[in-house]
Amino acid sequence: MTTLKILVADDEPGMRLAVERALRSFRLDLPEIGEEVHFETSPAESGEQALEMIGNSPPDILLLDHKMQGISGLEVLERLRGTESQDILTVMVTAYASLETAVSAIKKGAFDFLAKPFTPQELKDTVSKAAENLIMARHARRLEQEKRQVRFQFISVLAHELKAPLNAIEGYLNIMREQPEAMQSRETYERVIERCTVRTAQMRKLIVDLLETTRIESGRKKRELAQVDLAAAARAAIETAAPEAQQRGIEIRLEAPGQITMTADRSEIEIILNNLVSNAVKYNRDGGRVVVKIEQRDSRVVIAVSDTGIGMTAEEAASLFQEFVRIKNDKTRNILGSGLGLSIVKKLALLYGGKVEVASTPDEGSTFTATLDRADCGEN
Amino acid sequence: MDHKSRKKTILVADDDIDYLGQMQLLLEAAGFEVLTAESRKEAEEILARRRPDLAVIDLMMEHQDSGFVLCYHIKKKDPSIPVILVTAVTSETGLEFDTTTEEERSWIKADRVLAKPIRYEQLYAEIGRLIGKG
Repeated sequence: MTTLKILVADDEPGMRLAVERALRSFRLDLPEIGEEVHFETSPAESGEQALEMIGNSPPDILLLDHKMQGISGLEVLERLRGTESQDILTVMVTAYASLETAVSAIKKGAFDFLAKPFTPQELKDTVSKAAENLIMARHARRLEQEKRQVRFQFISVLAHELKAPLNAIEGYLNIMREQPEAMQSRETYERVIERCTVRTAQMRKLIVDLLETTRIESGRKKRELAQVDLAAAARAAIETAAPEAQQRGIEIRLEAPGQITMTADRSEIEIILNNLVSNAVKYNRDGGRVVVKIEQRDSRVVIAVSDTGIGMTAEEAASLFQEFVRIKNDKTRNILGSGLGLSIVKKLALLYGGKVEVASTPDEGSTFTATLDRADCGEN
Repeated sequence: MDHKSRKKTILVADDDIDYLGQMQLLLEAAGFEVLTAESRKEAEEILARRRPDLAVIDLMMEHQDSGFVLCYHIKKKDPSIPVILVTAVTSETGLEFDTTTEEERSWIKADRVLAKPIRYEQLYAEIGRLIGKG
């Protein structure tokens, strides 16, 4: 519920009272943003008093009589101009519906005008229009602000994530420069090179993922739609993950029909599969297993990637698809990731009218399931 | 073993393995024996078996305040072990604290607080002041 304050500036007591009565129990419903608007009126007997009241506590809407003793409505408008009260929505009330007065009121910044005599309904309609305008503008401002806030947070986290590998590499460089005696054994030298290489690769992955995130969000890059064979794409993703899997004794199995096609952008499908398969290897235990299953259900294609890895709690799973969410615990401490992979998979699945979900048991494993709509390639 | 020739031992606890590796390289080059721990839990396990001559511990490990808790435990166990608390919070969050006021010394159970990134000369100097050379 929102209550808007209306200042009624009119030198006729009957008029002030009539407005107060008409609006006292009036409610304006704005269901699209879930708001119910109430009104609270306060009377001003003259232009001077109106200005004083505005100075003390500015209303949301000003119902301003054009013709008053002392300073006129138009003059009030003029004096408000250039002050911080110039954004008050003003409805000019004119005794004679002269076009000329209305035009000059609008020129001086009035939002609307209302001709005397008016019925309570005409008053409510005019006030409703002003109130709706005001509330919608505020709502839009709030959304814009929230968006800026999210953006700002994203950039703060990103800066932190970019700084971490730089700090590590810089630390090694400093040792080489300032304490070369600490680097004398062959082993140490090789370990330092290895760590710098790993951290550089991590940073590159972060930047690639970041570009991908931006590309999906902006819709800028031209997508190339073609018939893509998901089984072939899955085989390619498995091949990419194979070296790490072999090193750690992890077996990867594909369960898919010989061919399963859909209209899609090949690189997007590759990103989905590569992320899911590489995660299933990264977060697996040594000697574990990964099963990649692709099947068609009606008009949908289901990609399910299961692992026998560290798993996660329901609480951890709930925030997993957000940007820069990486589960931090003893088991994940030395696993490097950009924190963007799954948020990208989610964005891409949405593009194909689908979704991605996770089912997981701590210390037993996880299954990530991406469902894509074969008839929806995100171009409509 | 002759007491004088024994290397002094420093426990370093930090959840960033590169930072940990760098500290190890530097402190070993300076003649210390280095015990490394990647979490408070690991540090506590080491402390159950060994008594280091000094501990350098990071504030944020598995939890935001792991370093404080570890400091407290070390001092409770053996108040004579000097502790240097290392923190990135000043540069990350603007939160500042040190051990120069009596009030802060009363709840931060560390002998020194150093901000990350650490300047090595400063670290060597602090270690030298607390336990002498390696």
